[in-house]
Amino acid sequence: MAALTAPRIGGKPSRWTTTTILGIVGVIFAIPLVSMAEFTLRSTGGGYGFEHWLALIDPENERRYRMLWAGIRNSLLLAPSTVALMLVLLVPTMILVQLRFPRLRRLLELICLLPITVPAIALVVGLAPVYSVISGVFGSSAWTLAFAYGILVLPFAYRAVQSNLQAIDLVTLTEAARTLGASWPTVIIRVIVPALRTGLLAASVISIAVVLGEYTLASLLNRQNLQTALVQVSKSDPYTAVILSLLSLLFAFALLAVIGRVGAGRPQNRTTS
Amino acid sequence: MKYLGLAPFALYVLLMLVVPVILAVATGFTDGDGGFTLDNITALADPVIVSTFGNSFALSGITAVVGATLGALVCYALSGLAPGSRIRIAVDAVCGVLAQFGGVMLAFAFIATIGIQGIVTLILRDRLGVDIFADGVWLYQVPGLILPYLYFQVPLMVITFLPAVDGLKVQWSEANATLGGSRLTFWTRIAGPILAPSFLGGLVLLFANAFSSYATAAALISQGAQIVPLQIRGALISETVLGRENLAGTLALGMIVVMVVLMGAYSALARKTERWQR
Repeated sequence: MAALTAPRIGGKPSRWTTTTILGIVGVIFAIPLVSMAEFTLRSTGGGYGFEHWLALIDPENERRYRMLWAGIRNSLLLAPSTVALMLVLLVPTMILVQLRFPRLRRLLELICLLPITVPAIALVVGLAPVYSVISGVFGSSAWTLAFAYGILVLPFAYRAVQSNLQAIDLVTLTEAARTLGASWPTVIIRVIVPALRTGLLAASVISIAVVLGEYTLASLLNRQNLQTALVQVSKSDPYTAVILSLLSLLFAFALLAVIGRVGAGRPQNRTTS
Repeated sequence: MKYLGLAPFALYVLLMLVVPVILAVATGFTDGDGGFTLDNITALADPVIVSTFGNSFALSGITAVVGATLGALVCYALSGLAPGSRIRIAVDAVCGVLAQFGGVMLAFAFIATIGIQGIVTLILRDRLGVDIFADGVWLYQVPGLILPYLYFQVPLMVITFLPAVDGLKVQWSEANATLGGSRLTFWTRIAGPILAPSFLGGLVLLFANAFSSYATAAALISQGAQIVPLQIRGALISETVLGRENLAGTLALGMIVVMVVLMGAYSALARKTERWQR
């Protein structure tokens, strides 16, 4: 067979090079994940077993893990709240800018990518006073964090939706629908949203992943979520913290693999211009 | 009235992004009673603060250079696979998670790996007689952040740099071969110069990414303020650091200035890159 293959003239690596590099890097990157799995399977008296996994679902330990479950509940509430906020505020604005104010496109992009330049740890300094006002109005329940998380997901959600917007001709689609007598609500529900479904799905999934992994704002604004609970619980029970970290990472892999399959425009590179 | 539809988003961004940034920066210029002062800005020249920024720069620099190099190597390997292949989709998903959503969880991954009871630590010590912590437990110090940071830096480089490597056109290598060039000249005269801006862009982005990361460091280092984000934590929690109030605002200002410079450089490099990606 080798004689039949064309001589390699370009920059593509050989099969052997690809396999070697990916193999070595893959094994090195698998070590921490395998170590996590190994760590959770250690039994107290030595040897291996599912002791720590079972302890997690044992009703007797309910009190011990109460804070952890509360944190998970908060995160599971924050994820859809943030997605809703993103879909209600960002997406209509992007559609409107695309259809009516094309000259504002650069400005909108600049705003949406701004959170990359302002790290969460710097933003939280200014968010603390804002949140003392928010607590006055809405109370200090965890869901109020969604307001801040909506900002954190902006760059990710913007890119996902924008790459979908660029791929379709929204203006022509809308005009066609309007000419055929469709009302604006019909245009939005039956033309725009279906045309943007992959972008909206990708934006939602990425937002969920961001929210479930968020620690900085929650911990410094004194609110409980999954990650702050993990840090708290790790101080007395590292096994549980590692089990849940492993599960969360695997869950996030699964989420992102799903969008990879759907083939939506994930943020392929962080282009700011 | 024409712009009314943009109002909700504009108002939201104003309240949750613009106002916080202004407040953060402004607190850097106010004293304990709310009066204007430049006193806090001079704190940026304080030896303790300078050395903290130095630590942050060193950590970001090391992990950016190593991360970008390894990441570029992985991109090169991936360019040998078809774009829609299963391995690429899997690598894409794994890189996305590790680069962007790992945070605290990566800290636990490394505690389970090279912590005091980590499997790698134990295997090295019991089977090979190598005690990686012979000179003290460095995992919970700044040097201990290097490996966990690389664990998100390499994937970020892959996500950032792969489109540029994929953008290398077959025609260019054919032209090179037709004109009598070797594989070496292809890399030094064609691919190298074309990829250079995006490689540098990736390097800058990785530096910025490490510089602004907080969660992994906070989970590993529970006490102390060895890098800038941890110093902001200290300033927020205890109000008074180095005998100064409102230091968190000053540090946030310092970070934002560094980030603006980095992201400016990044977008200049990205513009150069885009010419070849059409």
